[in-house]
Amino acid sequence: MTSYGKSITITCAKGDGNGINTLRYNPDLCTGCGMCVTVCPHRVFTMRERKAILANYEACMECGACQRNCPAGAISVESGVGCAGAMMRAALTGRRQEDARCE
Amino acid sequence: MTGVMRTTGVITPKDSLDHFLARFGWRRNEHTVMPGLYALGSPTGESPVFVTANYTLSFDALRKALAGIDAYILVLDTKGINVWCAAGKGTFGSEELVNRIAHTKLTEKVNHRSLILPQLGASGICAHEVKRRSGFDVEYGPVRASDLKAYLKHHSATAEMRTVRFDLKDRFEVIPVEITNLLLPALLIALPLLFLKGAGSITGLLLIILLGTVLFPVLLPWLPTRDFSSKGLLLGGAAAVILSFAKMRGDQSLYLFLYNMVAAIFQMAPWTGFLALNFTGSTTFTSRTGVRREIFTYIPVFAAMFILGLVLALAKGAFRAWGFL
Repeated sequence: MTSYGKSITITCAKGDGNGINTLRYNPDLCTGCGMCVTVCPHRVFTMRERKAILANYEACMECGACQRNCPAGAISVESGVGCAGAMMRAALTGRRQEDARCE
Repeated sequence: MTGVMRTTGVITPKDSLDHFLARFGWRRNEHTVMPGLYALGSPTGESPVFVTANYTLSFDALRKALAGIDAYILVLDTKGINVWCAAGKGTFGSEELVNRIAHTKLTEKVNHRSLILPQLGASGICAHEVKRRSGFDVEYGPVRASDLKAYLKHHSATAEMRTVRFDLKDRFEVIPVEITNLLLPALLIALPLLFLKGAGSITGLLLIILLGTVLFPVLLPWLPTRDFSSKGLLLGGAAAVILSFAKMRGDQSLYLFLYNMVAAIFQMAPWTGFLALNFTGSTTFTSRTGVRREIFTYIPVFAAMFILGLVLALAKGAFRAWGFL
């Protein structure tokens, strides 16, 4: 977590630090390729001075597209389904939350 | 299968029937397309290659949007699941894409090394890994297939094309499957209700289903709070208040009226709240962290309201039996 020090400051400023979502971004590693801006369907990232910045942090739905397509490894997010039905079924059937899925 | 299959940009009445049934969740895992490489029109070695899932609604949206264009369509085996959900599970993923490229001998069909993928597939695909393993550049097209022709003009998408929307039309489209999913649980609740309390109690149940599956999706953006559960609670509460006024009788005491209204709120709102919470799975807006927090926050609230509603109903019965009402 220490390598994400800078981004944690950003998230803390916007809320309780871990309540909103698990998106963490380290601008120091950004190479400015713009892939995160391309893949994010909620415009969470935007480019400024050849670097990505978190412009709309709270809109993140943790789909994981940015992390997966960031060639610099500057982004981390615990992706998973944002579906209450799947999560409650997983809880009831003793499946791990990470394996929650549609039926 | 290394041969190229043929397809068209035409949606036939048979396709439309298939779409209709898919919308109702009828045999929901059977709306599949054979995975592999398809020729749309008369593609050459220079024609673009589009990648999609082997779900009829996904494949048909793509070929309809590309009507009149000569192109290849590479269909991945996502087990009949749409692009977005399959990407979340990883079946619309780098591994399957790289294998499908090799399997269909795509390098022998086209001279270029470029693929156009739907943007919502990006959560399952690692573009630089696909490039390294297959030699193909991954280009993410717009979110919606219907924007493809505009996208293809300059191979660039506007911010609007890159953003998911959940318009009224989209929200209408999920209503049938929401209703279908509720049928069995609703029947299980309706039958004992019918025997215990008679046909009158079924109206309440029907109203809850209508609120949760039709009015909630339609009114979603206008319900004032942020999370889905409280939106659902508000909707159910508002409906209960309106219902109470509609049932109000002139000779009723104010206390009885208020008692009935509070009871109706506790009896309806937790159900609409619960259905609203479940609706998170039908959208592309909710994060796992957010939904988890909603579950922990609101499930106890729903349970407490449900129990209070039950207590109020039983108490009313008891008051009546003792002659207080």
